[in-house]
Amino acid sequence: MQEKRVVFVKPRTFWLAVAFVLPQLLVTAIFFFYPAGQAILGSFFMEDAFGTSRMFVGLSNYETLFTSGDYLHTLKVTGVFSVAVVLVSMGFALLMAIVADQALSGARVYKSIAVIPYAVAPPLAGVLWLFLFNPSGGAMTQLMASFGITWNYRLDGDQALLLVIIAASWKQISYNFLFFLAGLQAIPKSLVEAAAIDGAGFWRRFATIVFPLLSPTTFFLLVVNTIYSLFETFGIVHAVTSGGPAKATETLIYKVYSDGFIGLDFGGSSAQSVILMLMVVALTFLQFRFIEKKVEY
Amino acid sequence: MVERKGMHRIVSHLILILGCALVLLPIYIALVAASHEAAALTGDTPLWFGGRLLENLSSVLGHGLQAAGGAPVWRMLLNSLFMALGIAGGKIAISLTAAFAIVYFKFPGRGLCFFLIFVTLMLPVEVRIVPTFEVASNLHLIDSYVGLILPLIASATATFLYRQFFLTIPEELLEAARIDGASPWRFFKDIALPLSRTNTAALFVVTFIYGWNQYLWPLLVTNQESMYTVVMAIQRMVNVPDAPVEWNLVMMTALLALLPPLLVVLCMQQLFIKGLIEQEK
Repeated sequence: MQEKRVVFVKPRTFWLAVAFVLPQLLVTAIFFFYPAGQAILGSFFMEDAFGTSRMFVGLSNYETLFTSGDYLHTLKVTGVFSVAVVLVSMGFALLMAIVADQALSGARVYKSIAVIPYAVAPPLAGVLWLFLFNPSGGAMTQLMASFGITWNYRLDGDQALLLVIIAASWKQISYNFLFFLAGLQAIPKSLVEAAAIDGAGFWRRFATIVFPLLSPTTFFLLVVNTIYSLFETFGIVHAVTSGGPAKATETLIYKVYSDGFIGLDFGGSSAQSVILMLMVVALTFLQFRFIEKKVEY
Repeated sequence: MVERKGMHRIVSHLILILGCALVLLPIYIALVAASHEAAALTGDTPLWFGGRLLENLSSVLGHGLQAAGGAPVWRMLLNSLFMALGIAGGKIAISLTAAFAIVYFKFPGRGLCFFLIFVTLMLPVEVRIVPTFEVASNLHLIDSYVGLILPLIASATATFLYRQFFLTIPEELLEAARIDGASPWRFFKDIALPLSRTNTAALFVVTFIYGWNQYLWPLLVTNQESMYTVVMAIQRMVNVPDAPVEWNLVMMTALLALLPPLLVVLCMQQLFIKGLIEQEK
């Protein structure tokens, strides 16, 4: 841990220091450590629906999860959803950033438009796209009907999943665009120009110079987008499909919510929370390995 | 610039225009829908504006949506504003002081404090939602602004950002201040605080948007309609039981809900980008 050479050390400054860290520590303890501990503890107990009695059941909550087709189905849905959201939003944003990185006229206007989705809350993004794909007369539904495609996400699980993927990817474009653009602008122009003088075309320069140099940004975004697709997309799923039809869009985070607050299965929901926490810890760890690497080179 | 050929530029502009069109499409259609009367939206969606934008605006603000309980949207906007300001202000206040203590004081348990705050990094409230809700309900925070705000203000990222910034403040400043007999409080108030002004502004922009756009937590912690925030209420307007969705009013509400963060992003673009990118460093 980096430190200052000169600091306040006098004993009478101790209480001031305590007063300065205490608010943050208290909030963290009450709303972070205690609930996280409760989730871990609760995952080993079975509670009746009224919360009057609980019984220690060991790992049985976890066992139930991994042997039930339900949870495995949710894992699969989440996998498809996350991979699609990460690929679509990062791919789209990268393309826009590469093009916007050139000295084009109107670049500022393009950039201002590209940051708009960041301001839109996930459930609002969901509702906006829901309206476009509304089975009774939505603009996209009409368009597809003219191509002979029948669209009703309320009945067709795959279409519902596609709809939440589109909304979730759209929302994340701005974030990825800004980071890719910042990453691209940090690449020395002389390198790219030297390759151009040697006769390398645009795409060849991209594949051999730009993309490798962009890899720290790409890796960082992969982690952040995975976390986004796992957690922040709750609002989209909840507002647009409520996990349906027939659980076709039920992601892990939605299941934690629906088992805990609708199904009142606290043990099962806690076990799912713990699994999600482990996933975030793993992703955070990955992130730090990457930050260390970045510092080295 | 490497590429100068006309064809390349045209293709570049085309890609950007298409991309921007895709970004703007849902917002444009929402704006169109918000300017029509309900009857115009029962069949195919019109693609051009109608003349009822202001009527819809005032009806939503004053009376909300009847099928969804009829809570006026102006109240929800106000609740959202309180929540967003509370979260942004609270986050900044506790992160600023915690980071100052960790950097400028030497006290027993300092390393532990840093560690405890730091492990909360990136663990969103969604993950531990059920037990966190129980804590809030035991503390009687349901249906209160404190309940909306307090659980969301702990932030390792902001603390870390301030810590990184304080580490870049030259040591000489503190030495000079101490020679002049400045107390820690004085140094905090007159030197550290003013120096971190730009960081604070950038952080405020990002945390304001974060706070305004909260969804799951307000959904759980509010029962009374008078406490609803606009972002969480939209879901009740779309999923009305046994009634056709009033799309013109829903879209108007959605636009009202996204307008404040949108204005912040567009008007303070430089600060916003700075806050966003530095937060992740």
